[in-house]
This record gives sequence, structure tokens and C-alpha cells, in this order.
Amino acid sequence: MDNTVKQFPPFREAPAHGDHDHAHDEHHGHDHAAHGEHHEPGFLTKYVFSTDHKVIGIQYGLMSLLFMLFGFGLMILMRWQIANPSKPVPFLGPLLESMLGQVAAHGVISPELYNSFGAMHGTIMVFLGVVPLAFAAFGNYVVPLMIGAPDMTFPRVNMASFHAFFLGGVVMLVSFFIPGGAAQAGWTSYSPLATTIPTNGQAFWLVGMVLLITSSLLGAVNFIATIIQLRAPGMTWMRLPFFVWAQFVTAFILLLAFPPLEAAGVLQLMDNVAHTSFFLPTGLAVGGRLADISGGGSPLLWQHLFWFLGHPEVYVLILPAMGIVCEVIVNNTRKPVYGYKSLVYSVLFVGFLSFIVWAHHMYMTGMGQKIATFFQATTMIISIPSVIILTCLFISLWGGSIRFNTPMLFALAFLPMFGIGGLTGLPLGLAPADLYLHDTYYIIAHFHYVVAPGTIFGLFAGVYYWYPKITGRFMNEFWGRVHFACSFVFMNIVFMPMFLQGIKGMLRRMSDGAANYSAARVPGAIDALPDSIIHLNHFILWAAVALGVAQIPFIINVFWSINHGEKVTSDNPWHATTLEWQTPTPPPHGNFSVEPQVARGPYEYSVPGAATDYTPQNAPAEKKSPAAH
Amino acid sequence: MEIPYTSTARPDTGLYNAKLGIWLFLASEVMLFGALFSAYVLLRVGAPEGFWPHGWLSVTLGTVNTLILALSAITTLLAWVACKVGNFRQFKLFHGCTLLLALSFLGVKSYEYHDKWIHYEIHLKDGRIADGHLEDQDAQTVTIMGRIIPGDQEQLLYDLRSQKTIPRDEIKLDRSNILKMENYGPRHNTFTAIYFTMTGLHAVHILGGCVVIGFLWGPGSRMWKTDHQRFTNRIEVSGLFWHFVDLVWIFLFPVLYLT
Amino acid sequence: MSESTTINVKSTVRLCGIILFVIACTTAVMITISFSPFGWPLKVALILGVAVINAFLVASYLMHLLTEKKMVFIVGFFTVCFFISLMGLTIWAMQDFPIGTTH
Repeated sequence: MDNTVKQFPPFREAPAHGDHDHAHDEHHGHDHAAHGEHHEPGFLTKYVFSTDHKVIGIQYGLMSLLFMLFGFGLMILMRWQIANPSKPVPFLGPLLESMLGQVAAHGVISPELYNSFGAMHGTIMVFLGVVPLAFAAFGNYVVPLMIGAPDMTFPRVNMASFHAFFLGGVVMLVSFFIPGGAAQAGWTSYSPLATTIPTNGQAFWLVGMVLLITSSLLGAVNFIATIIQLRAPGMTWMRLPFFVWAQFVTAFILLLAFPPLEAAGVLQLMDNVAHTSFFLPTGLAVGGRLADISGGGSPLLWQHLFWFLGHPEVYVLILPAMGIVCEVIVNNTRKPVYGYKSLVYSVLFVGFLSFIVWAHHMYMTGMGQKIATFFQATTMIISIPSVIILTCLFISLWGGSIRFNTPMLFALAFLPMFGIGGLTGLPLGLAPADLYLHDTYYIIAHFHYVVAPGTIFGLFAGVYYWYPKITGRFMNEFWGRVHFACSFVFMNIVFMPMFLQGIKGMLRRMSDGAANYSAARVPGAIDALPDSIIHLNHFILWAAVALGVAQIPFIINVFWSINHGEKVTSDNPWHATTLEWQTPTPPPHGNFSVEPQVARGPYEYSVPGAATDYTPQNAPAEKKSPAAH
Repeated sequence: MEIPYTSTARPDTGLYNAKLGIWLFLASEVMLFGALFSAYVLLRVGAPEGFWPHGWLSVTLGTVNTLILALSAITTLLAWVACKVGNFRQFKLFHGCTLLLALSFLGVKSYEYHDKWIHYEIHLKDGRIADGHLEDQDAQTVTIMGRIIPGDQEQLLYDLRSQKTIPRDEIKLDRSNILKMENYGPRHNTFTAIYFTMTGLHAVHILGGCVVIGFLWGPGSRMWKTDHQRFTNRIEVSGLFWHFVDLVWIFLFPVLYLT
Repeated sequence: MSESTTINVKSTVRLCGIILFVIACTTAVMITISFSPFGWPLKVALILGVAVINAFLVASYLMHLLTEKKMVFIVGFFTVCFFISLMGLTIWAMQDFPIGTTH
């Protein structure tokens, strides 16, 4: 907006701002000449303690990508152990031993270490990776721009939210280095295991979770208030881009579903530290002896409280990605989305229903028929709006002029991948099938399909799509396609075999890769896992390593393109209609120099009679006659 | 572009930003305390018959606290009204009262906590159970003010309501007779656990509210001179939070003390 | 909050006095019920009912929920219904165990 405030990241040298910035300078030149230097914030205020939603969005984005990389690394270590039980990890073995000590003796991942990797991989990917990236990073950067707002309603709360997230992440990572190691009871932290494991890592996990939940709650309040209060004039509810609707519902889910987990976390922390018995039953025996506790608690209580969040949480993971995919698909088919109203009502319905399906994670707890029936019914019903959303996105492709750029490739791949993930969830929603499949690799394959080739592909699409707006340069298209092709192929090779393993009966969370249950170890056993199934572990390991290698072009691309990518030639390189593309590049502090007046819906592409194949939302309302200008 | 609707209401919602924000936050707090209340229900329903305590908490002190908090809710509202009509002195008076009432609530609460902390249940080697407040202890003996009951009548310790009088005598016990000695802290049983957790979390919210109201009463009140509309809104928003804290107590009191 | 209504201080103070009195009364009623000789399930239901009335007073008057727009009220009402349904679900399914797993 003016020459004294340097943008982040700096993308152009001072004078060459293009035409309409000169117009801004005329408006504001006087003011800024007067205010001049004392607006120049220091490094800390601009990059670390910023209250600008765009900076916070980028902070969230970079941190969450870093955490995702770390979580990915944990997974590779686990896959090594599964494929080669009790063999030292190559290259990294000595490093693990020096950093973690006894649990990684001789570079071999011990069962305790495997369990902590498993628990932390899940926790980090969900709470430090996907949620911050999908909801906080993209939401923070894009949502205020899309609705025509100058910032979030509560910028300082926004900053506090990021720092709580950062602190939570630090606590989680630090827990690896305390005596006893990190949390080992799974990302689900079931009691009594979570309380009886002799490590303080569980307490660290709980404290970290409280911080992360606080961060999400503050963020959720901000998002909802922003979307309700700061929509620009003319931006009615039914003119909102679908991405904003998705973020709105996601924020509501976070607002209402996270607190019960926070309460449960406090209760489990009391169990761990104050030796209460909220989740510990009477007569609990630990190590062959009666535990010195009051008893009277209920392990089921933890499960109910955890899954009351846990299920809505998975909708938090998927909805922002669906929003991004919708934006990218509409933009790259040059036609409006099919069924905008259906999409909106479906996403609202999904948000509401997600609160009453949680016990489908608990079919194995001995629930009675009445309640099992109730939850099966609601679980089946919730698949309907999800399918409606997917169908609308599919049908939107029909008759479009499809541009196959990198974001579009990822968005297109999202559709079948989420389709597979969603469809494989249906047997899991039905109790009789779930009794067999629960806690097997089938479940792992199902949820990874929805989140990994599902959500994460959506998020990659978002990165490639909005990168030009954030930096003023395109990411390299060739390497983007390489990244896409390799990721797509290897994601499927990693996760598809797991369905087979799960159906054959291979259970999850086994540090020896099911060697204990293999036909090799127990030759005569009826349901022992055949060698072919066990051998798939080697296959998956190499595919996972290849998947990791496939991310290297992406990482390099993200950083290299900041200064060397192809420059954009306009503020709206994708010729999009939504408001975030009608700002300078990158958007200055305050986003819009004048409040945008929204005159139409979000997806006015290929409008008959219009001069161009896209009509931005804030373009002035046209006269009805077809005469140009 | 400045952020709109920070002090003035947006026409179609009728709310200014902070008011919407606080109501959303309160919705999440409802879920938080709701989860704790449902935990309470589950634990109580799952407890064996006759072993859920009745009458362990002083109804008198609870009532006093209820009235203190209700009065503080009213002074909070009056403080906001004073701001609205421009009477800064009255605002200071009423919010000062709010603060004092809040601190006295915390004072009564700490007395109650202390009472539980020094109340011991002592299992003796001969099977009897001594139960009472700790008077004195040294290397050899433990003195409590309470009673001793036979080991098979443990339920007497739980249903205090049904007992007309509970004897309280000074009892000296020899440490060599003591099998196990535990105070009525969180680990004693699930009732004390949920009691301390729920009232503790509530007290943390009261403390937080005190900090905010204290700030607005003290250094924050400077904003009255520069932007009194925005200051009044801050009083309203913090008042809403305070009323919510009172609401939680309105449910905590009957659930923990009266049922 | 830009209200067109001006605040009548005297009537607000009177309202506050009334509410304080009513809260004191409801508290007394709850305590009386608590010490009465009925069975616990009935007592719990009655006490909680009175508490709800108490809460409604605080929310509507002290938090001036009644002066908010219709949407807020609808959301609040809907939330209460949701909560009651969840509790109802729990109670309906409470004694329902798989056949042969209890004694």
C-alpha cells in the first residue's frame, strides 16, 4: 500500500508496483508522508509477534509443514521397524541412540520407542500438521481476503493463538527427551494405559494438548466472528465462496467439540499427576499388584469424552480441503460450481451430524444393541452429505474448459482418493463388519486415504494455487507435476496394500510388524498371517521412502520460487472471481484500500454476454444491455 | 482500512465484534463444563450403591458463596449500567464491590478446601476406621477430632445426611496401629476428585475474571477518558463472562452440595 | 452496543433487587428439597429443575439475553434441546448390555 512498509515476503523492489498502486499512493501519500517513519515495525513485531492475519497464516503454514515433515520422518522409522523388526535402523540408528539413549540401544527401535513414535506420529500429524495447515494457515491467510475484510476481528487473539500452538508443539517435541520418553498410549491416549505407563511423557502430551486446544479455540472464535461480522457490503451468506463456508463450519466444530477433550485432558492429567481415579476402575492391577488408587472410575468415560472430539475432529481435517478443492476446480473449469446451495446445506448438515456419530469408534466396548443401532444409523446418514459434496464437485467438471495446472491435478486427484477413503469407511460404520475390522490395518488404510491422499492433496493444491498471491511468483510447474505424479503413485502404493493386510487380520500398533502372528512363527495356526501379507511390509517401506523423496521437489520448489519463480503479470494470474485475487500482490496491511462492494456470487465464470470468461465479485454491477462498456 | 464494528454494532446481527466473540467463547465454555458435568453423572451413576458421599460439603458455606456470587453478578451489571449513563464514580464503586465479593468467594472456597485437606480417613490395623480432622501429630501419635467406626460400617462415612448426629471426640491414635492414612484430597475417591477438579476449574475462571475486572477497574480504566464507548463495551463483555461464571456455580452448587 | 433505548437506572436497580431476591428464594427452595425425605432421583430432578429456572433468570436478565435478536435465542433454545436429547439418549441406553455379559 505504501513504500515505507516492507511486505512479507518482499517480492518486488520499491517503485515497480504497477498502475493501481500509484493510485493508492495518491490517496495515501500525504498521510504516510506525515506519519512516515514511526510506522516502521521492528523485525520481531513484523515477523514473530505480528497481528496481521497474513503473516500469522504464513507462520502457521511454515510451522505446520515442518511438523508434518517431522511426523513423516517418525512414520518412516516405524515402517522400517515393521518391515525389519529388531534390526538397527540404517544411517539414523546411531543418531537415534545418541539422542534417545536406552530405548534406541544399538540403533534398534525398541517396542517402547515404536509406541512413542506411533502415538506422536498421530498426534503431530493431526494436531500440529493438518489442522494448523488446513484450518489456521489457509483460513487465516485467505478467509479475510475472500470476504473483503481488512483483517480478522481479533488480531491480537490471533497472534496469541499462534503462539499457543507454537508452545504446544514445543512441549510435544520436548517430551521425546524426558526420562521415560514421549507419550506411548496412542494418539487416543486410552486410560488406564495412559496413566499406568511409567513415563511423564503422557503428562507432557496432555499439557501440550491443552495448549493446542486453547490455540484452536481462540482461532475458532476469531474465524466465526470474522465471517459473521466482517463480510464486505454486498457479501451475503449465499455469495460466500464455498471455502469460507467450509472454514465456518470447521470453526464451529472446533469451538464446540474441543472443550470436552480439554476437560478430559484435565481429568487424565489429574489421574497422572494427582493420582485420582477418573478413568481407573476399582480393582485395577498393574504389574501383578493392586494399584494404590481409589478406583471408582471408568475407562469408558475417557473414550466417550475423547471420541466426542475425535469424530468431529476428522471433519475438521477434511472440510477445509474440500473447500480448497472446490475453489481450485471451479477456477480451472471456468464454470460455476454445480449445486452451490446443495454444497452449503450439506456442509452445514455434516457439521451438525458430526457431533452425534462418535461412538462408531467404540463398537468394541460392549455396547448394547440400542445405542449401537443409533450410532450406526447416524453414521450411515452422515455419509449422505459427504457424498453430495463429492458428487457436486465431480459434476462440476462436466462441460468445463479444464486447465490441467498443478493445483488442478491435486484437486482432481483428491476426488477419487477421498472417494476411496470414504467408501472404505462404510463397512467400518456398520458394527458387524467393524467388529472384525476394528484396530486392523484396514482402519489405518481407511483414515490415511481420507487424510493423506485426501486432505493433504487438497492442501498441496491450495499451496500451488495461492502461492502467486502470497509471493507474486508461480511455483515451478514442471516440478509441481513431478511432485504430483510421484506423490499420487506412491501414496496409493503405500496405503492400498494395507486394506488387504487389514482384511487378513493384521492388527495395528504392533511394533514387530505382526511377526508374532505370522505363519512363519506359528506354522499350524488357522488364521496366522501368510508370508505374502507380511512381505507387503517391505513393499510399503520402499514406497514410503519413495513418497518421502517425492516431497523433496516440493520443498525446494516452495523456497526456490520465492525469488526465482516465474513472476506474475497481474494481481489475478489465475483469472479468478473471488475477492482475494482482487487485491495487490501481496496484499498490504489492511488488504483493501477501499472497502469492496460485492455485486454478485462467487463463481461467475463464463457468464453469457460478459466481456471476459470471469467476472470478479466486486466488479461493478453491469447494466443489463449486452453492449460492452 | 480499519476493522469495522469494534465499538458500533453491525446492523444485521445487532452485535459489535467483542460481544459476538465472548458469546462464542462462552459457548465453548458451556461445552467444557458440560463435559465435566457429564463426567460427574457417569461417575456417580456408576458408583456402587451407598458409596457415593452425601453431606460431605457444608451447605451453609455453599449458600453463602452462592449469594456472594449472585450479588457480584448484580454489581457487575450495575457497573455496566453506570458506564452506560456516564457515571464513572459509580462504575468504580460497583466494580470494586464485584472484586471484593469475588475475592471473598475465593476465600470461602479456600477455607472449604483446607477443611477437606485436614480431614483424614485412617484405617487401623484392627480393622476399624477413624475419621476426623487432624488436630496434632508427631512421630508416635496422631490426634484427630472425629470418630472411630467398625470396619464393616464404612458406609457411615458416606451418607452423612441420614445420620442425625455425628460424634466428634478427640481421639489419639498410635502410629503403630495405623495401616493407611489418607486425607480427603482428590485421590481419596471419585467424589473428592470431581469436586476438586470442578470447583478448582471454576475457581481458576473466577481468578481469571478477577484479573480482567481488576485490570479494567485499575489501569484499564484510563480508556474511559479516551474512548468511553469502547470501554463500556469492555465492561459489558467482561460482565458477560462474569455472569457465565456465576451460571456455572448455579449448577455446581446444587449438584455437588445438595444432591 | 448502539441501542435506541436509554437505560432507566432506577428500574434497572429495582430489577436487580428483584432478581437477587428470587435467586435467594430459589436457593432456599433447593436446600429445602435437598433436606426433604423423598427419594434421591426425584430430589435430583426437582433440584435441577429449580437450578435451570435460576440459570434462565441470570442468563435472560443479567446477561440481557432477552434483548438479543431472535437468532441468538433460537440457537440457545436449539442447544438446550440438543443437550436434553443427548442426556435422553444416555438414559435410554444406560441399562442396555449385550446378552450374556451381565450377571
